[in-house]
Amino acid sequence: MKKIIKYVILDILRNKIVMSYTVFLLIISFSIFNLEDTAGKGLLSLLNIVLIIVPLVSIIFSTIYIYNSAEFIELMVSQPIKRKTLWLSIFVGLAGSMSLAFFIGAGIPILLFEFSATGITMIATGILLSIIFVAIALLASVCTRDKAKGIGVAILLWFYFSVLFDGLVLFILFQFSDYPIEKFMISVSALNPIDLARVLIILKMDVSVMLGYTGAVFQDFFGSQWGVIIAGIVLSAWAAVPLLLSLGKFNRKDL
Amino acid sequence: MIIASNVSKKFGKMKVLDNVSAACNKSQCIALIGPNGSGKTTFIKCLLGMVVPGSGFITFNEKNIIHDWRYRANIGYMPQIGRYPDNMTIAQVLDMLKDIRKSKSQQLDEDLINEFNLPALMNKRMSTLSGGTRQKVSASLAFLFNPDVLILDEPTAGLDPLSAEILKEKITTEKKKGKLILITSHVLSDLDDMITEVMYMQDGSLRFHKSFEELRSDTGEQKLSKAIAQVMKNN
Repeated sequence: MKKIIKYVILDILRNKIVMSYTVFLLIISFSIFNLEDTAGKGLLSLLNIVLIIVPLVSIIFSTIYIYNSAEFIELMVSQPIKRKTLWLSIFVGLAGSMSLAFFIGAGIPILLFEFSATGITMIATGILLSIIFVAIALLASVCTRDKAKGIGVAILLWFYFSVLFDGLVLFILFQFSDYPIEKFMISVSALNPIDLARVLIILKMDVSVMLGYTGAVFQDFFGSQWGVIIAGIVLSAWAAVPLLLSLGKFNRKDL
Repeated sequence: MIIASNVSKKFGKMKVLDNVSAACNKSQCIALIGPNGSGKTTFIKCLLGMVVPGSGFITFNEKNIIHDWRYRANIGYMPQIGRYPDNMTIAQVLDMLKDIRKSKSQQLDEDLINEFNLPALMNKRMSTLSGGTRQKVSASLAFLFNPDVLILDEPTAGLDPLSAEILKEKITTEKKKGKLILITSHVLSDLDDMITEVMYMQDGSLRFHKSFEELRSDTGEQKLSKAIAQVMKNN
């Protein structure tokens, strides 16, 4: 397994996209922290950018990477290697390099400017988001054989999670505003890892203005402490479930 | 050594393999013959576990291959169209596979690499290689780990006459060592002096599997191409 991870990471490093992603994050983080007068504000602005860029880059890069390594996968499958090992190695390679890119690009500036519990939560969620969207990308690319379709699905998924979902929540809220739907809304908020990540960090920051509807409900229901723990657990499930589903599909896939 | 029992496979609605049963044993050299789209490559991919059969099962040394992956260490596979990571050089591909597959006791068989004169091309990227050179790399990889079973899908297609001759020679020497060799080819004249058995597939089912001698006496033809032509005519 280690050997295959090594080759996957070598291959990812050889194409320069992950490098440029790291540099891009570095530039953004440093400029934001230097623009805002307090580091706390800087963290908040950075949060909004991170919540859009990290999922986008993770999902698109990983999907394209999987399609481009079709040859590598085909070659490996005919060798004495377990399919599970191969797929998990690709996952570890991708998730590892995306997380590392995030840690260097955004994590180090955060640690430099805002070394606090909030800052560390933000780094942890950023890494978790990278891993989650790599897992979702694996699922999207194993389900569709066609490259263009697979990448399209990946873009749509990102669009749903970062744009459409908020609209849907508001829609449900207005339609059913006469009913007590708070508890229901909590389970709805678990349907979106990006939303959960936002809730998690903002609960930690204690800026209730920024919580949004689902966040407010979350805080109200669980209190900050439990809210953070529950959000963390659900986020981990968001990484594990797509990965396991994709593993099951890949085991039965014809190459 | 390899036993396939009632293997069926559908791609969508199309039945590609229909109840194929076959047994392959040590020191046989089997020609898998059939028209285009008769399911030869799919059958081979089933043996390798690259395609998962819809029903039926395949055993390798009496072990079901579904739950096992180690058996592939005993197989050298040369695909019909060798596809390799584009941005790697020949040397990198070879090193990677050696790194992943080698065991200490194993002797590497680099005869083909040298005979095909690949060392001179080692630093070329896979994407820049011609079809024939790719075939040479595929062939070298299939023989590299000294496997007990060789599965060669259209080995001589795209090779120049000289290289095809080198490859045929290599196949013959490996056959003499008692290995099981499974070849598909449309160039039947290539197969004449090496094969011992013939499998004929059509429309996804195995029409017959008999020894070359038997086929010769059944059809009254000496040459494989003529014998097969006779069979196809009678069908």
